[in-house]
Amino acid sequence: MPLLELENVTASYGSIEVLHGISLAVDEGSVVAMLGANGAGKSTTLRAISGMVKVSGGITFSGRSIAGLPPEDVARRRIAHVPEGRGMLAQLTVLENLQMGACLRRDGDGVKRDLERVFGYFPWMPQRSAQTAGLLSGGEQQMLAIARALMMRPRLLLLDEPSLGLAPTVVRSIFEIIGRINREEGVTILLVEQNARIALRAAARAYVLEVGEIAVSGSGRELARNESVRRSYLGY
Amino acid sequence: MATDLLLTVSIQGVVQQIVFGLATGGLYASLALALVLIYRAMETLNFAQGEMATFTTFIAWSLLTYLRLPYWLVFPVTVALAVVGGVLVERVIIRPVERAPVITLVLVTIGLFAIFNGLSGIVWGYVVRPFPSPLPTSPVQVGGVGLSYQDLGLIGVSTIVLVLIWLFFARTRIGLMMRSAALYPQTSRLLGVRVGWMLALGWGLAAGVGAVSGMLVAPITVLDPNMMQSVLLYAFTAAVLGGIDSPVGAVVGGLVVGVLLALVGTYVPHAEDLRLAFGFIVILVVLVFRPGGLFGHVHVERV
Repeated sequence: MPLLELENVTASYGSIEVLHGISLAVDEGSVVAMLGANGAGKSTTLRAISGMVKVSGGITFSGRSIAGLPPEDVARRRIAHVPEGRGMLAQLTVLENLQMGACLRRDGDGVKRDLERVFGYFPWMPQRSAQTAGLLSGGEQQMLAIARALMMRPRLLLLDEPSLGLAPTVVRSIFEIIGRINREEGVTILLVEQNARIALRAAARAYVLEVGEIAVSGSGRELARNESVRRSYLGY
Repeated sequence: MATDLLLTVSIQGVVQQIVFGLATGGLYASLALALVLIYRAMETLNFAQGEMATFTTFIAWSLLTYLRLPYWLVFPVTVALAVVGGVLVERVIIRPVERAPVITLVLVTIGLFAIFNGLSGIVWGYVVRPFPSPLPTSPVQVGGVGLSYQDLGLIGVSTIVLVLIWLFFARTRIGLMMRSAALYPQTSRLLGVRVGWMLALGWGLAAGVGAVSGMLVAPITVLDPNMMQSVLLYAFTAAVLGGIDSPVGAVVGGLVVGVLLALVGTYVPHAEDLRLAFGFIVILVVLVFRPGGLFGHVHVERV
């Protein structure tokens, strides 16, 4: 049974429907990518899962329906959503951002251990922990957003365009860390990307969205070989 | 006339007025702090803050008079009741209009002003009542300046309240969650924070701080349903002077307003009647020359 399953999910902003019946499945422990052009509904799909938009259809997480739950309750089921634009708590410090990731946890010792682990992934963080998050570079903010999500000790991590606006070397190191988080922490990851090349390399399975519907799906390798995907999203 | 004025000004007299001013400034500071707490949570002014404080002070008076509880028990019990009451007011009355435009919120708080003012009048009547002070009004001399224990208490209590509030926001998990919820509601929800309850807690804290200020004011004026109205005006002045979103600014602003009013009232002939107008003049001057106040953030937005 998949960890996360969407069945015929539709979502609207006001009277405009932007998702017209999305079905997808994310297996426990896997990395799944969602590709597609601007406005195809990738971000909206993530927002539907975390309860930020009104949906109809079925959303099942770990065997229980989460459709219609408000974001704070979805988060309490340990689904961490790193939103578009990274959702920095810009006026708070780096450390306060990380503490906010763990703000609901009661296991003080576990939080301390997780902080050490997170610092292991991002060695630059401890010495900048008193700095205001809004003053970090784009790449550092993306890393902090991922680190904060890890402090929630998530079962499922939703990443919205982690490569957006970042230099290629930064993108590579972020994807390397995403891969390690998946392997070493066993966190299941659903990520949305415009950078299809790097996303397909990271993902076991991928879905291609076109105007609110799933156009193609398959393993990362299959899609990388698929003629139309290559032409539309990989550009070769 | 000019010589008259000069004759009455002595260094000691000025220092004396400054000390008096600091003491009354403590009153404005604590209510200003309550206003700032609400402002930080929802960017609106709570016009009912003073009347809520009056209402809780009447509750304190009832506990003292009818239950004959000792003052030092009544004080914390009243603050606790005020916190609960503030949370309830937010959940029941503010919540339905939480996301409404600021002007709607302001109108709702003006409605609350009328409700609490009326409730105090209906329950306790418009008879002026004395309210006890825990500290004697007997004078003490500090370096040739005369003031009372009560004056010292006013300065002390508002400072302690400020420090407690600061510690709460800077050092506790709930304080951090409240700051995050106020500044970044969307992201905070994604982290599992129940933003609506954080807002309610903000109202609770403000009502608690307001209760302290009501119990400080009542012994000096007298307890009646309208006692906080002029205090509220000076508290607004203090909050704006301090930068409206800064707790430290509220307290410093309160003390500055207190001192200015004392000096103006003493040394400017016939200025007693102009004290309220003076409050507005301070607001105007600050807004013209320093829109962010003494300690506030000036919001710069990219468009």
